[in-house]
Amino acid sequence: MRILVVEDDAVLLDGLKVGLGLHGFTVDAVASCGDARAALATAEFDALVLDLMLPDGSGLDILRELRRRQDATPVLLLTAKDTVADRIGGLDSGADDYLGKPFDLDEVAARLRAISRRAAGRATPTLSWNGIELDPGRRTVEIDGNPVVLSRREFSILEALIKHPGTVLSKDQLADRLYGWEEDVESNAVEVHVHHLRVKIGRDAIETVRGLGYRLRSA
Amino acid sequence: MSSIRTRLFIILIAATTLIWLFATAWIYLDTKRQLQHVLDTRLMEAARMVGSLVTSGEIALSARAGEAPASIPLPEPTHVGYERQLSCQIWSFDGRLIGRSSGAPETALSNETSGFSEQEVGGEPWRVYAFADRDRGIRVLVGDRLGLRDRLVTDLVRGLVLPAIVVVPLLAFLIWASVGRGLRPLRRLTQSLKARGPEDLSAINVGNPPSEIRPVVDALNGLFGKVAAAREHERSFTAFAAHELRTPLAGLRTQVQVALAARDPEIREGALKQTLVAVDRTSRLVRQLLAMSALDAAAEDGEAQEIVVGPAIEEATASRTPGKTGIRVEIDLTLHQTTVRMNRELFHLVVRNLHENAVQHSPEGGLVRWLLDGDTRPPSITVEDEGPGIPEDEINHVTDRFFRGRHRSPVGSGLGLAIVDTALKRANASFVLRNRQDRPGLRAGFGVFLSKAPAGKLSIRSP
Repeated sequence: MRILVVEDDAVLLDGLKVGLGLHGFTVDAVASCGDARAALATAEFDALVLDLMLPDGSGLDILRELRRRQDATPVLLLTAKDTVADRIGGLDSGADDYLGKPFDLDEVAARLRAISRRAAGRATPTLSWNGIELDPGRRTVEIDGNPVVLSRREFSILEALIKHPGTVLSKDQLADRLYGWEEDVESNAVEVHVHHLRVKIGRDAIETVRGLGYRLRSA
Repeated sequence: MSSIRTRLFIILIAATTLIWLFATAWIYLDTKRQLQHVLDTRLMEAARMVGSLVTSGEIALSARAGEAPASIPLPEPTHVGYERQLSCQIWSFDGRLIGRSSGAPETALSNETSGFSEQEVGGEPWRVYAFADRDRGIRVLVGDRLGLRDRLVTDLVRGLVLPAIVVVPLLAFLIWASVGRGLRPLRRLTQSLKARGPEDLSAINVGNPPSEIRPVVDALNGLFGKVAAAREHERSFTAFAAHELRTPLAGLRTQVQVALAARDPEIREGALKQTLVAVDRTSRLVRQLLAMSALDAAAEDGEAQEIVVGPAIEEATASRTPGKTGIRVEIDLTLHQTTVRMNRELFHLVVRNLHENAVQHSPEGGLVRWLLDGDTRPPSITVEDEGPGIPEDEINHVTDRFFRGRHRSPVGSGLGLAIVDTALKRANASFVLRNRQDRPGLRAGFGVFLSKAPAGKLSIRSP
């Protein structure tokens, strides 16, 4: 799951980037409204973590612009201003959730999973398809009840595919989910990860659609 | 407790009574004198009249010795209380009583031959006028009792005093009531003050207060306004402080959680290093908050001392500024020959914060230089750095508390320059803040207002 974190405090930004990375998120981190706009223009994110007070404006501006464009990307506001009025203002501007500083890193991760789940129209915390059961919170995968150990990248690919079963995702789309900007991506990285994934969950679980990309095999 | 009402009442009653007594005494004395004059004139006229009657033969006198004195008709007394006001006697020069009015005593009223005299007759003091007619050889004496005169005066005064005795209580009541009425606005003010809670700092509204109370009301309202402003300032400062502490605390907590969760030693080490940065920043923020509130709380500006600038800057900048290494610091030699009169603590606070600000915005290996800037009036003790400077549109805001501009340093709190500004205002010194002209960077310095505080003037000692 690729997320964008907008926060101007360098220490906190670094903590969120590394910490959410440990939780399996692919994190892009920016420190200003301008950088956030640029990031949103060039890539697609599964969720947005937004600070309100930024050096060149308010996070709420970013949020309103997003919603005006009919962009439904889930947004979690993280802010030091957490009076009831602030919370109401934030939520009514289109935020999906609101956390006051200081917060618990695990809670941020859990809330991000929750808002992206709801954005996808699901209520259950786990994703399942054809006997594959994926738990994004605990980061576990079971095939017909048997646990399978996946690497972070493999898990992310499976997670992306299982969220839209039957839909073809291109290599580029998958690479977007896997890597932030600052990471160097080998041209065949996605193929390598798909290969390893097939070994672990079954050779024919993932179909290759020639020239388009990959999808989970339908029942 | 002394009450204005009681005091006013006593003063007014005492004054009224005193004036009344004084007036009564005046009237008494004056009346007595007038009465004396009138009655004396009457005595004189009566005596002359009797004399002329004798001369015209209308009064027949007993001519021989041993004969009863003739009776002299005098006007009958008109008032019951003052009967027999006048008595008249006619004596021959050889000492015989040859005529008298009814009721007149038989002994001589006076031994004088002419003029006024006072004499005791029959145990009573008399006022007597004597008139001698040498042609006929007689002496006419007309007199009245002094007691009668006194009674006249006493009755008159009593007529004045008696109503006063009745009127004084009435007056007292009126004074009491009207003083009470006059003090009503004061009582309303008291009640309005008593009724308000400790949180209520709104202006007092007692309608249209009289001009004597208006200054009090205005002063109180002014005070309430000041207290409310101070409290509001304190409240917003506390809120800001709490708010400003949250972000570094969130950073700290997140980094610690990362360190705990990470299995990769490299990630853990990175998180711990970040934690250290966050702790440094937070402790600096706390230190600055304390400095700020100490500045706000200090009632007095402290005593100014002669400070040799160079060594004092060395001392203030000696402790390492967290988060930066490889910054070169230079203190210009002229500063060692410069003395300034300023409170040492304020000086230290200003220099330290300016220095930290300069260091934090410097690039790696940048030069931070303290110098004496003679271009400003008055000359200012200035630090220049090689950082990005301050965007021109922000330069007026950087002294606002918690303002952090676009060129913020990662460890900045938004308080440093606000502290400098506040401390310099305390020290009556001017704050000079400009971007460098020769290269990107900031010049931040302080001079001293010569006009406002001659004691704080900057003097340059010749080497």
